Amino acid sequence: MNELIRLLAYMLGIAAFLGLNLAYLGWVERKGAGHFQRRTGPKEVGPYGLLQPLADGLKLMSKQLVVPTNADRPLYMCAPILIMVPSVLLFVAIPFGEHLVPREFNFGLIMMFAFASMAGLSILIGGWGSGNKYSLIAGTRAVSQNVAYEIPMLITAINIVLITGSLDLNEIVRQQGSYIWNWNVFRLDKSILMPVSFLVFFICSLAETNRTPFDLGECEGELVAGYHTEYGGMGFGLFMMAEYANLVIGCSLTTVLFLGGWQCPFGLFPGPHWFLLKMYFLIWCFVWIRWTYPRTTFWGLLNLSWKYLIPFSLVNLLLTALFIKVF
Amino acid sequence: MNPSLFSPEGLAGIIFLILIGVTILGAIIATCTKRLIRSVTGLAVCFVGVAGLYYFLNSPFVAMMELLIYVGAVCVTIAFAIMLAEPDEARLARKISGLSGGLAAICGGAIAFALGYAAVNGTWMAAPAARANDGSLKMIGESLLTRYSMVFELISIVLLVAIIGSMALARGGRREE
Repeated sequence: MNELIRLLAYMLGIAAFLGLNLAYLGWVERKGAGHFQRRTGPKEVGPYGLLQPLADGLKLMSKQLVVPTNADRPLYMCAPILIMVPSVLLFVAIPFGEHLVPREFNFGLIMMFAFASMAGLSILIGGWGSGNKYSLIAGTRAVSQNVAYEIPMLITAINIVLITGSLDLNEIVRQQGSYIWNWNVFRLDKSILMPVSFLVFFICSLAETNRTPFDLGECEGELVAGYHTEYGGMGFGLFMMAEYANLVIGCSLTTVLFLGGWQCPFGLFPGPHWFLLKMYFLIWCFVWIRWTYPRTTFWGLLNLSWKYLIPFSLVNLLLTALFIKVF
Repeated sequence: MNPSLFSPEGLAGIIFLILIGVTILGAIIATCTKRLIRSVTGLAVCFVGVAGLYYFLNSPFVAMMELLIYVGAVCVTIAFAIMLAEPDEARLARKISGLSGGLAAICGGAIAFALGYAAVNGTWMAAPAARANDGSLKMIGESLLTRYSMVFELISIVLLVAIIGSMALARGGRREE
């Protein structure tokens, strides 16, 4: 019975955390964009525009759901749901603190990748179901991008698995000691290229979450708004929320694998606050990059993955294995 | 034995039934629809159900791999293959002769009957008293590299041949221009 109450409490907690994040990351993004471009961003609704997400939500929910004539109706309707469900599900496995994990999975890391890989298919279904050629092009782009960057991301994650010998996310955090030089980014004794692995992983998570400079799936200039061009109201809202949910998951995963999760950098008071601090710093970096760099070209994006990141991560994996074997 | 609905066994049974329902529903969508992209979606739903069944049968690793490989990679690859196939409109307009439908029904019925007969009349092996191993990643890796290494290598050779073949085909197409 206690277990049941614990699970219910965690579900409520995750729902609240997710809702707040999805609403206010949009606000952070718009504020960030505003200040990077010497504007103010949202400021009318509430102090500093803090009530803007509520207003947005009300607006999106009160809109009529219009299905375009050319659309494949069932696919069009289910794509936003399909993209949202795996993202929400993944929050079950994230270790926020040493004892603050909804469910500890032995296979936490694989589960992350397994459910994250479903996002590509839902984007494709959305793009195809819209019955619009721009959406279709955007859908195929997003999918080929996701497929290309999943490979170096997985190979880089295998480095971490080799070092820790576990797929349990909490165990991975536990093994990174409570000082900054024990974190996986700086574990130079395990592999001399660890900081570079971190960089590769970070770039891949940028591409996997379809963020600038890799947001070829929704480039406004050429493809209107990409795979969610034809969506209005909450359909569009769900696509946006899924993007932010994936952002939170990507940053959490990077924090857990490389930045020591809930460990404190100088051995004082480890706990969920450190996890959140690191995660939000990474999210801020994502926003920072988005409004600083222009979008790459599509061939540049695919070349970067297939010609540079994948060979490099394979060599890196060999090197890590060698280091572990020799030392 | 008839466990009550709200006991752990009863709940597990309900989840098992839901998973079977999802699998069958996905399979029916995959086979019955005339639009290829809907078939792929049905296939993905079916794979999710199968992954759930694996999880139910206490092998989470296989379940996760089912999702990662079949939903995340195979379905996406099939979706790309569909874009090279002829458009739905042309295919839907063409008449399919009644003969092929009848043949399909006969073959399908025969296979279903044979499988059903085998399932009902065959002697089922009793579940082993002790589990062969704990199903952990370590055990799977060890058996892949020791007992099943031959099979493992053969499969990778097949995949390698497939990759080289598809690359040869794609290159050949490009040179003809």
